[in-house]
Amino acid sequence: MQMHSLAFDISHTLAGGLVLISLMMLYQDRLYSLLNVFALHALVLSLSVAWQAFIQDAPHLYVTAVIALVFKAIVIPVALHRIVKQLGIHRDIESAVGIGPTMLAGMGLVALSLVLMLRVTSDADPLAREDLAFALSVVLLGLLVMVTRRNAVSQVVGFMSLENGLVLAATGAKGMPLVVEISVAFSILIAFIVIGIFLFRIRERFDSVDVSALDDFRGERR
Amino acid sequence: MSAVALQMVCVAGLLGLAALAIVLSRSKIATPVIYGATLAVSLIALTGTLRFLLSGAADATTLTLPVGLPWLGAHFRLDALASFFLVVINLGGASASLYGLGYGHHDPAPHRVLPFFPAFLAGMNLVVLADDAFSYLLCWEFMSLASWALVMAHHREPGNARAGYVYLVMASFGTLALLLAFGLLAGPAGDYGFAAIRAAQHTPYAATLVLILMLLGAGSKAGLVPLHVWLPLAHPAAPSHVSALMSGVMTKVAIYGFIRVMFDLLGEPSWPASVVVLFLGSITAVMGILYAMMEKDLKRLLAYSTIENIGIVFVSLGLAMAFQANGLKAAAALAFTAALFHALNHSFFKSLLFFGAGAVLTATGERDMDKLGGLIHRMPFTSFAVLVGCVAISALPPFNGFVSEWLIFQAVLQSPELPQWALKIMVPAVGAMLALAAALAAACFVKTYGVTFLGRPRGTAAGTAGEVDRFSLAAMFILAALCLLAGILPGLAIDGLAPVATQILGSRMPVQTGQPWLSIVPIAESRSSYNGLLVMVFITAAASLAVYVIHRFASRALRRGPAWGCGFSDATPAAQYSAVSFAQPIRRVFGTLVFHARDHVTMPPPGDLRPARLRIELHDLVWNGIYAPIADVVGFSSTRLNRLQFLTIRRYLSLVFATLVTLLLVLAIWS
Repeated sequence: MQMHSLAFDISHTLAGGLVLISLMMLYQDRLYSLLNVFALHALVLSLSVAWQAFIQDAPHLYVTAVIALVFKAIVIPVALHRIVKQLGIHRDIESAVGIGPTMLAGMGLVALSLVLMLRVTSDADPLAREDLAFALSVVLLGLLVMVTRRNAVSQVVGFMSLENGLVLAATGAKGMPLVVEISVAFSILIAFIVIGIFLFRIRERFDSVDVSALDDFRGERR
Repeated sequence: MSAVALQMVCVAGLLGLAALAIVLSRSKIATPVIYGATLAVSLIALTGTLRFLLSGAADATTLTLPVGLPWLGAHFRLDALASFFLVVINLGGASASLYGLGYGHHDPAPHRVLPFFPAFLAGMNLVVLADDAFSYLLCWEFMSLASWALVMAHHREPGNARAGYVYLVMASFGTLALLLAFGLLAGPAGDYGFAAIRAAQHTPYAATLVLILMLLGAGSKAGLVPLHVWLPLAHPAAPSHVSALMSGVMTKVAIYGFIRVMFDLLGEPSWPASVVVLFLGSITAVMGILYAMMEKDLKRLLAYSTIENIGIVFVSLGLAMAFQANGLKAAAALAFTAALFHALNHSFFKSLLFFGAGAVLTATGERDMDKLGGLIHRMPFTSFAVLVGCVAISALPPFNGFVSEWLIFQAVLQSPELPQWALKIMVPAVGAMLALAAALAAACFVKTYGVTFLGRPRGTAAGTAGEVDRFSLAAMFILAALCLLAGILPGLAIDGLAPVATQILGSRMPVQTGQPWLSIVPIAESRSSYNGLLVMVFITAAASLAVYVIHRFASRALRRGPAWGCGFSDATPAAQYSAVSFAQPIRRVFGTLVFHARDHVTMPPPGDLRPARLRIELHDLVWNGIYAPIADVVGFSSTRLNRLQFLTIRRYLSLVFATLVTLLLVLAIWS
């Protein structure tokens, strides 16, 4: 009983930490710091997945944790660092919505997902319930990052953190097959590659990865 | 081979012919080969179904093909109801093929018609044979698309592209309604086989929704007012033998769908449903014939008259529903048989009239009645056949139109036995509407025949026309003979329809073939009876006697003299009655209300030599009141929504995000 409660507390803490780091992403206004926060996000995710593997006694989840650690916490942030450096990308993040309103919206989203998930899944396992609520918050915050930033790199980061939320939800539920997680991980990797190539192309053509350059090119008023 | 297997082989043959027509498309022999083969296949199918129906159609045969949905397959079934409609389809198909053998030679683009003609026939056969909702909808769409392709055969002629577009929109809308109706019928269990639907219990709520959806789905295909707008555009746009099929046969397939769902699949009908059907049917009958009366395009007039006849059939079906809901079995069988009989008769005379219009079109190149006239001298055989069709559709004895409408009125006269006061009051009113429609139809076809075939030619095309080919004439004369036969021997037809009534209602009309002198007695000898043969003998004898007396005692010799021109010494053909002027009294009486018709006369001032001009203003209130506003709203909102196509990626994401959050909020608040 004591063990169960401890297991619950630790996984709760890790998932809550993930939400907290998602909120931290909202107020980063430098690209490097945003990338660092994202690496931290992926690190906490891999810890959380590993803890789930331990308490669910599901060894395949360790593979997921390692994938999260290697790809998301190391490879992708390092690669993005190098892209930013090589391309000489302007390191400010221009946000479409101010920091204050974004933070308020983020808090609202967390509240919404908690209210919703706790009510909808009232007869589920308490651990899975909390996990799902946090995972939905992470997904929504990732979307919020994508929506409120004009910079293409930060949109990529938002997308990746959204995917972290999906992995959190998947591992919180018992019995998710490994193949699902691996396919999700690979699709993310491919998405990353595609988006990376697009970044190069955008940069080549417009000397900037601010997506508003694209809009100007199309003759759009903003 | 079982009866249903024979039908499926015929359908496969028709589809094979469609493929062959694509291969042969540009060759000269394509027209005779395809129409000849279609004629042969239709005749085989017709013989098979007639034998099945006349032998009592006791045991339905089924066939399952391993195509379609994997867990369902495609089910086909031949029962009494299906076999009757197969008779209508294949008889129409055979006569249209025979007509096409001659008419097809005048087609400027036969490769646009030949592949779709057998495919269209195959589609209609399949709809009637289908025994599960999935096959039914699939075949229904196939039928619609094949007929759409035929409507678009001459797509460069003005108006045809619009006709095809309106038809396509209405057909999709109708299929959507049918899809929803079958979804409701299949229920949450989702078993789409007709056998399962028939066995299931349907709640009154679902039954009401199914009625509305069927009226929208089958009604739009059949041409119920106000869903009729595509019909007068699309039917005349097709080549004439296809117009005959669409008007004479495809509308019957829609009626089949309505009967199959409302009488067979849904179980016992309810009396409030019959009120709706009666109301819509009577409005359709009167509106259809009023539209026809205002029309001067020959083929459009015939299409509008189809709407009227569909209204009559729906009224009769509504009566059958009302009687059946109250357990008045004999009256229900009478109304139901009358509906089917009228559908059969309409397929005869409407095909005949469209063939006649096609013959006029071939001979003169004109569809506008105000440019025709005097054709009875140049096309005597066509004129005779069309005269038979006009008399039959005007419901004059001894032809078939009279018998079926008489039977419907006999059913109307049974209404005092209905217990509900709403029906007691409504049915006689509906009967009065039917009588009005019948009288207007007679006026309308006097106008059609008189302006087109009598008088003097109004143009050179009409003045130099020649008789059409033998195949077209043969098709018209066969149909004219059928109109007469069904008129003087209605007992045979009524007894032939008895298995259908027995299958659907569990009761039938009394046996007619045993009656003395080939009379028909719908209820009892003491109430009413009709003898077509006797009426014909009397009419023939009286007419012969009158002719003899006039020729013998009044003027023996044929004399030709100048016609009295009512004071005009130099009457031009334009001074004759035209289609528009013939309709003027009826336009004055009904048009002001129904069409907001106004006559504007422009008189030149004294001393001015310009002629006075009469301009007639007509408004199609259904189009202006329902369809134009819908088109406006769609146009307005698509112009507004067009901006959504050019948003930035971030805005698209924001939209997705906002939608997601809104849906989550809704869930959070309501769950």
